[in-house]
Formats: sequence, structure tokens, C-alpha cells
Amino acid sequence: MSRFVGQLRTLVWKELLIEARARETVLAGGVFALLVLVVFNFAFDLRVENVAAVAPGVLWVTVTFAGVLSLGRSFARERDRRTLDGLLLAPMDRSALYLAKVIASLASMLLVEVIALPAFIGLFNLVVDLPLLVLALALGTLGLAGVGTLFAAIAAHTRAREVLLPLLLFPIQVPVILATVKSTGAAIHVPGLDPPEIGQWLGLLIAFDALFLGLSVLLFDYAIEEE
Amino acid sequence: MSALSAEGLTARYPGQLASRPALVEVDLEVEPGQRLLLIGPNGAGKSTFIRVFAGLMHAAHGKALITGRPAREVRNLVGVVSHATYLYDELTAAENLRFYGQLYCVPEPAERAAALLARVELTHMADVQVGRLSRGQQQRVAIARALVHDPPVLLLDEPDTGLDVAALGPLEELTTMGGRTVVLTTHNLSTGLRLGTRVAVLSRGRLVHMHASVSPGDGPALVDLLEHLAHT
Repeated sequence: MSRFVGQLRTLVWKELLIEARARETVLAGGVFALLVLVVFNFAFDLRVENVAAVAPGVLWVTVTFAGVLSLGRSFARERDRRTLDGLLLAPMDRSALYLAKVIASLASMLLVEVIALPAFIGLFNLVVDLPLLVLALALGTLGLAGVGTLFAAIAAHTRAREVLLPLLLFPIQVPVILATVKSTGAAIHVPGLDPPEIGQWLGLLIAFDALFLGLSVLLFDYAIEEE
Repeated sequence: MSALSAEGLTARYPGQLASRPALVEVDLEVEPGQRLLLIGPNGAGKSTFIRVFAGLMHAAHGKALITGRPAREVRNLVGVVSHATYLYDELTAAENLRFYGQLYCVPEPAERAAALLARVELTHMADVQVGRLSRGQQQRVAIARALVHDPPVLLLDEPDTGLDVAALGPLEELTTMGGRTVVLTTHNLSTGLRLGTRVAVLSRGRLVHMHASVSPGDGPALVDLLEHLAHT
């Protein structure tokens, strides 16, 4: 167990150090998220009566698209530079590699959300329950990172990886996105409306996260094998 | 017990025709301490042989054994140098070696990294990001990376890629010291003949020739054989 934890810590350190120096993922994701939010702000005519229905969807379309950028890079970079072979040569449990990638993707997506969230609240002029919104974002992002990392590993073996990743990921991700959008909607206060009950949606989100993460750990060994 | 043995080893890449595998029923044994030079024309299966024994590729049939156990189960016994360096451009030379040392659970990885950088004469570049090193310097760090866990078996797939004549000395010293078992592929036959103690020749995935011993004087005959194989 201590060997596994030590290797996981080493892999996470490597991921974060490379991202800190290259600044590829967070910077690109952050700028992309801001652009999408601005486009949505121009495109939608948000009024009090429709803000609760539209705003959570806007936020999650932004987060999901920015997340796919980050997820796609995580294995494509390793494969293009052949460093993935270097990792696979090492005598380690493959799930350590998977979890390290999930943690790194989660960290970079959360950073993108830290950039995007104030812009989202400001542009759409929202009053939010911040702790609830943060909880919904964290759980939704964990689900996205968990399944997305598995599919990023599969897509990295293909030439059309940029196209294949969203095609594989989005259909599987529907339950997580649905539960997250509902939870996010409950965190947005609309004058004259009672906030919807979200206990079941948060429960569903936690259950999906646990299920998808567990399955992904089990399946990752097959996904990463090339030949 | 052989350090490395192939028993009826057949391997093919995904999508490759079943009738034309990359390796075809190769039988081969390498005793502890021997250094096998593996040569053959392009597409002969040399790199595939290395990838199977490195645990990066499955055998379709047959066995790839290291010290009697499947290669994929004894990764800690094997060090691999390829023309790809497996190094991260954003990390320094020392950070790369520490990273791999920690993955292999090497005790005192920082000290091990410093010692290996000294062996490949790159101590002064320890804190330089690998992306800023020359190709030859990167390859020397890659050789240090392969030795970070002190493996008894070394698989060298064109390790002299990018190395100048001066840098070949540390490569030869590192691969011949300590009685390691080595399997080496290279297009530089003179380097290969200096390093190898035996020669195996592959052609179209088949083992077609085996020399029990080898010397630099065997070069012309092997060149003739390779030219003949390349045109058949």
C-alpha cells in the first residue's frame, strides 16, 4: 500500500510540475471558458423567469467543453512524446497512473472553474448559494475527470483522438451532467421562486461518481494497453 | 537458468495481417552476462523483440521469459534504452532521474540520480530542463534513466541515436560493466560488434542466423549477410 501511495504521489508531483511549467492546459482552458461564457451572454436573453432554466446549462456546457480540452491533452502529450512507454515500463499498478491523471485533470479543471465562475456570476448577474454551487461543481468535475481520463487513454491510441474523445465521453457522461445541472440550478437564487429540492440529485451525483471511478479503475489496465 | 529466453515467440501489431507477424516463432536464449547483438534489415522485427521483452507488447504465441518468468511480471529487472528517450522536456535531468527512481522505488533516488549524471558526464547539466539539452545529451540522460534501478537485464534499441563519438565511450562502459545481460540493436555495426558477445540475425521476423561468439573482424561478413537479406 505504501509503495502504491508513494508511486501515486510521485506521478501527481510530475503532472503538477509539468503543468506549472508548461501552463498549457489551465491557461487554454481558462481563456476558452471565458470566451464561451461571453458568447452565451450575447446569445441568450436571460430574464428572471428563464435564468434558473438556462444558467446552469450554460455553466456546464462551458465546464464540460473546457474539461475535454484538458482531458485530451493529458494522454496525448504522453503518447506523442513516447513518455507513456517510459511509464508503462515501470513496475507499478496501472491504477496509480489512472488516479494521478484524474487528480491532475481535476486540479486543472477546478482552476479553470475558479477563473470562469466569477465571470459566470457577473455576466449573468446571478445571486448564488456559493457553498452549494462549489459542492455541485466539485462533484460534477470529479465525475467528468474520472470517466474522461479513461476515455482519454483509449482515444490517445487513435489518430482522430480530438474527435473521438467527446464522442465517447458525452453519451456516458449524460447522467453526471444531468445531476450536476440540476444541483447547480438549486444553487442559483431566483426572486419569487423557491429553490428546488436537490438532495436526491446530489445523492445521484455522488453515486455516479463512485460507480464511474470504480469502474474506470478496473478498466484502465485494458484501456492503456496498446499492443 | 537463462537470463532471457524466447520460446516460439510470435508477435504482431494491432491490424497487422495474421500471415505477416512482426516476429515469427523465434527461439533464442541469452545466458546471464552475455551481450546479444540483434541485427537485421529494416522491418526485421528487432524493435518488436525489444518491446515484447520490455513488457510493452503482448506475444501472440509463445513465451518471452526473463529469468524464467514472463517479462511483464519482472519489469523491475529490466532497463530499456530506445531512440525515444522517455524523458519529460519540462523537467530537469535530475528531476527526470529522481522521478523514475521513485517509480522504481529506488532508495535515495536523489543520490542515485546525482551519481548516474556523473557517470554520463552531465553533472553540470543536472538542473537544466531536458528540452534544452542537445539530442546527444538527452540520450545520455536516457541511458542514466534506464540504469536508475540497477537492472540486471538491459534492452538497448538503437541506444547510440544522436550520440557523438565522444559520448559512445560512457555508453559502452555503462552497458558492459557489472556483468549485465544485454540485448542490443543498432544500425552502427562497429559499435554493436564492440559491445556484443554474440550475434543474432533477424529477417522478416524470423531468426535466420546465430553466431555463438563475435569480434570486430566479423563485420564485413555480417554486412554482406545484411545486404543479401535486404535484397531477398
